[in-house]
Amino acid sequence: MKRFIGFIKKEFYHIFRDKRSLFILFGMPIAQILLFGFAITNEINNVDIAILDHSKDATTKEIIAKIAASEYFSIKQIIEKESDIESIFKKGKVKAVLNFEKDFSKNLIKENKASIQIITDATDPNTANTISNFVNAILQKYQKQLNKKITIVYQIIPESRMIYNTELKSVYMFVPGVMTIILMLVSAMMTSISITREKELGTMEILLVSPLKPIQVIIGKVFPYIFLSIINAIVIVLLSIFIFKMPVQGSLFLLGLESVLFIISALALGILISTVSETQQTAMMISLMGLMLPVILLSGFIFPISSMPFPLQVISNIIPAKWFIIIIKAIMLKGVGLQFVWKETLILLGMTVFFIALSVKKYKIRLE
Amino acid sequence: MSISVSNISKSYKNVTALQDISFEVKKGELFGLIGPDGAGKTTLFRILTTLLFADKGSAIVANYDVVKDYKSIRNSVGYMPGKFSLYQDLTIEENLNFFATIFGTTIEENYDLIKDIYIQIAPFKDRKAGKLSGGMKQKLALCCALIHKPEVLFLDEPTTGVDPVSRKEFWDMLKRLQKKDITILVSTPYMDEAELCDRIALIQDGKILEIDTPESIVKHYPKPIYNVSANNMYQLINSLNAYEFNHSVYPFGEFVHYTDSRTDFNPEDLKAYLKTKKLSNIAIEITKATIEDTFMELAK
Repeated sequence: MKRFIGFIKKEFYHIFRDKRSLFILFGMPIAQILLFGFAITNEINNVDIAILDHSKDATTKEIIAKIAASEYFSIKQIIEKESDIESIFKKGKVKAVLNFEKDFSKNLIKENKASIQIITDATDPNTANTISNFVNAILQKYQKQLNKKITIVYQIIPESRMIYNTELKSVYMFVPGVMTIILMLVSAMMTSISITREKELGTMEILLVSPLKPIQVIIGKVFPYIFLSIINAIVIVLLSIFIFKMPVQGSLFLLGLESVLFIISALALGILISTVSETQQTAMMISLMGLMLPVILLSGFIFPISSMPFPLQVISNIIPAKWFIIIIKAIMLKGVGLQFVWKETLILLGMTVFFIALSVKKYKIRLE
Repeated sequence: MSISVSNISKSYKNVTALQDISFEVKKGELFGLIGPDGAGKTTLFRILTTLLFADKGSAIVANYDVVKDYKSIRNSVGYMPGKFSLYQDLTIEENLNFFATIFGTTIEENYDLIKDIYIQIAPFKDRKAGKLSGGMKQKLALCCALIHKPEVLFLDEPTTGVDPVSRKEFWDMLKRLQKKDITILVSTPYMDEAELCDRIALIQDGKILEIDTPESIVKHYPKPIYNVSANNMYQLINSLNAYEFNHSVYPFGEFVHYTDSRTDFNPEDLKAYLKTKKLSNIAIEITKATIEDTFMELAK
């Protein structure tokens, strides 16, 4: 036990004396969460739009006023002719143009029907989609107002309600994802690097020719990172609660347990990587290419798994991060308990045990 | 016997590192493996310290088999690899403490063993190992390898890259350790260090050329050897190499070590020959063979 503690003490010296790894450990989580929370976002806010109003009557003015009043849009420019639409998009000044047809009010009253064209800049398809949805919603609302007195028979009114993230805040989406990335990065990459560093500097040779058992070396290596990863997870959750006002609906205790499980699986992956790489650089490359990319691309963090091609959907199943994201989203946003995520937890547990077994088996007790 | 190696062979992909090596080291002996870079010294050390498997043959270290009882060996030997292998970001004291702890001991417990060495580096004990000079690094590495009072100490080229003064101090320390009943197997490419060992094995290309005490090895040198000097070293070597009766010509400091192939060699003949080559200040004196001469002769 004394040996073990001595070993862990040494690991902490390494971590705290290496400014770079310290920065990765603590700077990165905070930078990432702030970046994803503030800068990279799907939400729309004060989007610049232009209006092309061919009728300029009471109704169109009212609609324009409503749109201008909403916090989502700000009217940047009023244009006069169709040919301006193209040029204003090309200049990149606005994201959308609302085109009201001629005689809008007249048509509405006479024929009970008037049309408005929503033209959006789809170079950014997500934003384009959201803009058109928001405009639609404003128009619907206005229509309802108009129809208040009249009752139409056989009317189907779709009423959609977003639950669990009512405000459609993308930060709620990103927090679980960023947490997953960071835990993966810190745990897998840092452990694999710290083990291969011993190999590269030759100290592994001395550790092998010492009474330390392989399991003591492995646990001694990963223990500090378990500890630091937990601190990181706590920092991330605190940041999301206090800066982004993200509610954590479920039990924090369960969230903690699941995080520890995921951390351990990532650490086991890190050990596995260190057994196949001889230098710190290889370890870092394998961690980045082999772990980070799948976590970002295939875990459902940014791209929904259901819209992936079938082969990728199958592959996504072997990525621990996918299951962890499902679990923490459920706990944080839906507030469910273990009875709803036991299946995912079990899968994650199985993977963890498999990785640990494999890495202990592959850990070399000699130099060859 | 502290170390007994029998018929060890080892080859990497297409390089033979060791060929049928056998030797024994007695308890408390200071045994030197002398050979140039790439002779197979490090491979042999790694086999004996249980880090590598031999392809053929067996070895016993401190009464344990290097394959079967590798765990016991790892408890009872000290190993100092050729490459500096301590934690560069830890201070002298932290390194020493760390190695003491993982071997289940403390600095105080075996302080008498390392005292002579530690005293020299103690003033810098708060300095990080990476910032130490070559000699201090080696002293620290030796302390770390000794801190658990090993039965057998393996030192792989401990003085490579160390200045002459520190090298001498280092060997003095080894001599003192030997008195404390620690068996030491040390490798070095420096022939002058060989003379400080009790017995040496000359090793080249994975084969042992000869095993004996340094004195007998030198005594067995088959020919009288001469120190030759002249005003122009380069011209001298060229001329000697061109001399039809030469047996060996090796530059050795300010002299050239020369042996002749004839049994009735007369230095005056050589002097006359060198004069024809326009050399002046020619001196030829008989001298004692060194280990280096022997090595060169055997390696021929």
